[in-house]
Amino acid sequence: MRDVSIIGIGQTPVGEHWDKSLRHLAFDALVAAKRDAGIERADAIYVGNMLSGEISGQAHLGALIADFAGLRGIEAIKVEAACASAAAAFRQAYIGVASGLQNIVIALGVEKMTDDVGSKLTAGLASAADADYEAIHGVSFVALNALIMRRYMHEYRVTHEDFAGFSVNAHANGAGNPNAMFRRPISKEAFIRSGMVADPIGLLDASPMADGAAAAILCPAEQAREFTDNAVRIKASALATDSLSIHDRRDPLWLQAAEDSAKHAYRQAGVGPQDIDFFELHDAFTIMSALSLEAAGFAERGKGTWLTGDGEISLEGKIPITTRGGLKARGHPVGATGLYQIVEAVQQLRGEAGANQVANARLGMTQNIGGSGATIVTHIFERADL
Amino acid sequence: MSTTEIARHWRLKAQRYQLVGEVCPHCNGKIFPPRDVCPHCAEEATQPPFRFSGKGEVYSYTTVHNPPEGYEESAPYTVALVKLAEGPLITAQLTDVANSEVEIGMPVEMVTRKLRSYGEEGLIIYGYKFRPQLARI
Ligand SMILES: [Zn+2]
Repeated sequence: MRDVSIIGIGQTPVGEHWDKSLRHLAFDALVAAKRDAGIERADAIYVGNMLSGEISGQAHLGALIADFAGLRGIEAIKVEAACASAAAAFRQAYIGVASGLQNIVIALGVEKMTDDVGSKLTAGLASAADADYEAIHGVSFVALNALIMRRYMHEYRVTHEDFAGFSVNAHANGAGNPNAMFRRPISKEAFIRSGMVADPIGLLDASPMADGAAAAILCPAEQAREFTDNAVRIKASALATDSLSIHDRRDPLWLQAAEDSAKHAYRQAGVGPQDIDFFELHDAFTIMSALSLEAAGFAERGKGTWLTGDGEISLEGKIPITTRGGLKARGHPVGATGLYQIVEAVQQLRGEAGANQVANARLGMTQNIGGSGATIVTHIFERADL
Repeated sequence: MSTTEIARHWRLKAQRYQLVGEVCPHCNGKIFPPRDVCPHCAEEATQPPFRFSGKGEVYSYTTVHNPPEGYEESAPYTVALVKLAEGPLITAQLTDVANSEVEIGMPVEMVTRKLRSYGEEGLIIYGYKFRPQLARI
């Protein structure tokens, strides 16, 4: 296996892109990444996406995007793992380069959600759950998270207010990210006052659905200097799965796939949670932030919300999370989100995070969660000049 | 809905109408829905069917205000994770009870209700929901 580096990144702002189609969004991110890396051709492109068939009536995304982006002929396929699609696509790109089979590879995540809003989109998202035993009962994706959150609050004697810190932190950081959908801070009072979506999940517990695309370009670490002086090394890449449905989990309050993929990643990188300088976790809902921090070893079981107390998750804290707004404020274009997390981690490690820069960031971790925890992908990145 | 989807729902009739699962021959774990490999011990678990009692209690619940396509007419409705008396958790709607009256630990029992319909000329899908257990004399 070869060491692999990231030599280019690109992204579109996250938002409601009424004027852009799926292919145009993908193209914009791809062109930006190619320009950043200074490459023209690539050996392969892996496209992370969840809902193109459901919402845009478009399958066969690999070939479509390769063709539209002027890369006709190269190897290209779509990778689907619900909301973890983009990190799963990135991992395929990593495997391609690490194995020696491919040299320059593009990982792209794209999602076009706003062409269909309301119940059809809700049904599309619910297809990440078990169709025969969860979705058939009219369970929306928000509802699944609400079921976990209510039991978590009951079991660990945590109140809704205790989750506020996650959203307040995400919005504070989103304010400094020009690509974020929401760029205004919120107060704890606003969090408490906001209406219920699916009790106990309130409006400000949930990330917004949106359109967007993000991309990264990978090459063997030993060749990275030919392209750039600020390549970022991929120290670990791990994907683990769990039961598709919550009711089949041994413990519905524990993200086993997060623990498994994080442990595997720590082992590959030869580090532990105490070495990680910032953590881009998957805050689709505040409950997922708590569960992710616990499973990845940053907090004890049932105490994930405690970390929000003394500013420990802020940019200056012990373990900064969602440093560019997270899913909550940057936005959550589901099948693209994993690559937004990775692109933002690269910006941090290059020292390009502007107002959101984590001082002396050396090791960054990203974690992308598919469904209610059935696919979880964890990556660890390192600044290359070390 | 296309007629081809009928087979998809028909295959599940023993589960939807009778809560039929399995008992693992290796670890004696009760399994719902049935699967070929036991989720408890990972051994092969093809067994004569086991019919659950339909009794259980609420493990967690929430209200759906923004339903997926096909469920609009019944919104808002309460969905729950129900812990069956024999062990496994199951996802289902609660019925015959207001959301404000539901609490964790509440005893419930299975009933058969309409799950969804596919428009005026489409199929109607029936299956299990859970209601508060009726008081026994
Ligand atoms: Zn067994």
